[in-house]
Amino acid sequence: MEERIDFYPTHELEGVRFRRGRPLPFGATVVPNGVNFSIFSSAADSCTLVLFRKHEPEPFIEIEFPREFRIGDVYSMIVFDLDYEDLEYGYRLSGPWNPEAGHRFSKSKILCDPYAKVLGGRDVWRAQPDWNDVYQHRARLSFDDFDWEGDTALEIPTKDLIIYEAHVRGFTADPSSKVSAPGTFAGLREKIPYLKSLGINCIELLPIYEFDEWENNRLHPETGELLLNYWGYSTVGFFAPKAGYAATGALGMQVDELKNLVKELHRAGIEVMLDVVFNHTAEGDQRGPYISYRGIDNRTYYILTPEGYYYNFSGCGNTLNCNHPVVRNMVLDCLRYWASEYHIDGFRFDLASILGRDQNGAPLSNPPLLESLAYDPVLSKCKLIAEAWDAGGLYQVGSFPAYGRWAEWNGKYRDSIRRFVKGDEGLTGDMAQRLQGSPDLYWYRGPSASLNFVTCHDGFTLRDLVSYNGKHNEANGEWNNDGSDDNHSWNCGWEGESTDPEVNALRHRQMKNLATLLFLSRGVPMLLMGDEVGRSQGGNNNSYCHDNALSWLDWDLVEKETDLLRFFSMLLKFRHDHPVLRGSRFFEHRDYVGSGNPDIAFHGTRLHQPDWGGKCLAFRLCGKHATPQDEDIYVAINMFWDGLPFQLPRPPEGNHWRVAVNTSMASPEDIFDRGGGPQVNSAEVIVGGRSIIVLVG
Amino acid sequence: MNLVTSSENGIGIARLEGSLDGKTAPEVRGQLRPFLEANSKMIFDLSKVDYMSSAGLRLLLLLYRELSTRKGKLVLVGISEDIRSVMSHTGFLNFFTLASTEAEAVTALA
Repeated sequence: MEERIDFYPTHELEGVRFRRGRPLPFGATVVPNGVNFSIFSSAADSCTLVLFRKHEPEPFIEIEFPREFRIGDVYSMIVFDLDYEDLEYGYRLSGPWNPEAGHRFSKSKILCDPYAKVLGGRDVWRAQPDWNDVYQHRARLSFDDFDWEGDTALEIPTKDLIIYEAHVRGFTADPSSKVSAPGTFAGLREKIPYLKSLGINCIELLPIYEFDEWENNRLHPETGELLLNYWGYSTVGFFAPKAGYAATGALGMQVDELKNLVKELHRAGIEVMLDVVFNHTAEGDQRGPYISYRGIDNRTYYILTPEGYYYNFSGCGNTLNCNHPVVRNMVLDCLRYWASEYHIDGFRFDLASILGRDQNGAPLSNPPLLESLAYDPVLSKCKLIAEAWDAGGLYQVGSFPAYGRWAEWNGKYRDSIRRFVKGDEGLTGDMAQRLQGSPDLYWYRGPSASLNFVTCHDGFTLRDLVSYNGKHNEANGEWNNDGSDDNHSWNCGWEGESTDPEVNALRHRQMKNLATLLFLSRGVPMLLMGDEVGRSQGGNNNSYCHDNALSWLDWDLVEKETDLLRFFSMLLKFRHDHPVLRGSRFFEHRDYVGSGNPDIAFHGTRLHQPDWGGKCLAFRLCGKHATPQDEDIYVAINMFWDGLPFQLPRPPEGNHWRVAVNTSMASPEDIFDRGGGPQVNSAEVIVGGRSIIVLVG
Repeated sequence: MNLVTSSENGIGIARLEGSLDGKTAPEVRGQLRPFLEANSKMIFDLSKVDYMSSAGLRLLLLLYRELSTRKGKLVLVGISEDIRSVMSHTGFLNFFTLASTEAEAVTALA
């Protein structure tokens, strides 16, 4: 059948022709000769479709859905003969104003579609919005016809991932990036060769769902600096990419630009993971703006107190009601859309514990949303990673409902490794767990459940971790009250930038120590943008509001920090070259292949005598237990301030130990290409103070 | 939008002038369709196109596809730097052969 017989208008208003639509799918869908608009509200009395021409202050028509256009709680309508490219649409919903019962309808507001796939209004990053506009975040249509030319998600095994956490804007916004479109998806695309040469195979992007960088904007009381929502952990629309992150956002082509970036990253063998924020929206609490959800169905979309206020488990004013069946479906639809339409390889869920709370905010033992995501047929190959805590006091590292699918940001890994490397005593036992992929936390799930990291966007950068004892957030204009005080950092003898060569050498070594442990650990390592070149934020551990050089990557560091960058890229290659570091099962501490050595054996400075209370730890990995078979690796970690001799285990029969890494040495003696390091023939090796030696044999 | 078509030495040349967007693209497509069917080697001279929207780029890709399925060839001439950079950012550029002049395009089609 060539043409449908039911796609003809039955109604007309002021020359605009329309008919009853189809309730599913929700959102705006292009159909033959028209657009199907569909929206849900369980408590509205009526709904009106509001249509604008692009950028026009007034709508060209408002069409109230006739009674017969509603099925159940869904209003749907097909409007014919629209100029898809020149259209913006919104809704007015009429219903009760009764906050105690959870209703906050206001027909005077024009609301954007929760399923909007393109949002205008903040088309160009940091362009001053028209605050008088009656409709700030304007839903538009998406073509969704990008030519992927055979591209699919890469499906790299989780155990082999090396994740690079990056901010789209911060990655290339600095003029030193020298890209043609700084701070955009296109700019990031130009830097793919850098990522490739660094050796990462997955990039995790800080939120790229449409958000409002102007939310809570303010001037710093002393410096006058404009402070914005730079990080973007405040979703306006879950289905729409951030227009201001696209060089072509002003033309409304952010969808194509992002898809082109994903396609090119995939071509380079790099997966794309999105940091997604489903725990709250940008509407804030009862004082916040009407953007969408609040005016469409407040009681459905938010977790409310018995008095009708907003529970604040997110720390951002409201909490999305994720386990309401309708909201749960929206989250599912959304992720399916990103996985299928944008070829996204995985998702990291911000404050994911909220996704496990019920409609009253109580934690669920078997949260339907988390289970649905784990078993979803479209998402089945996507990585799902939880930030397993929330601002309401839930801390689920090691106990997040995983269904065999979910991995976690391992906050305990971060804390243990920081404390151990700064020289705290009594952490060798804990570090042994972390190095093995945290079997104490994930014994029933495997090491791939552990997302290992030392630093992330939230907190100190790697350089600041070894340069500051305390946070220095004065530039945030909150009198240094914001940001964590629990940093486990050590300044190596001087607070902040130093000209003392000894202090700087120690800092360099400490960065290398932290990196070495991170990339030797089982589990999935994640590296923060710029740590590979020693990026500093001047001790600011909460740079959420800084759209400036404080947050941006200074590309001149690539030339200045060649030693550190070389160390990182060779370390990543070392991990890639050695499958024994990336097993998908936990070590069994026994020889189950007949090699004569257990799969892992811990030592201290003396063989077979690990010092579980001290500052030194050594271990040997047996390569014959790896798949495919690998060389043996011996690691000696000395976090004592002075050098110490470590007894060496015998290398495999017929082999010699060769140095792969020695963090006490200056470049290029700090790390060697495969087989290129000096041979070690002695029975013991001196490991310098606060240093790590890695041998391969 | 103004469109002039001609055929020279077995090559169809379409010269466009104005804006190619959601409003003009359907009309241009309608006008070009029979011309496309008559020619397997095509040059689109866009040196007088001052604005190309998403719909315009999509039309170009659509026409490229139609030609490709018939083993035809298409060369775009005189694309402005702005349009070129939009095409690069969004991936459209990968599909097309570009030339600065019609003469250069004729060589590319040979």
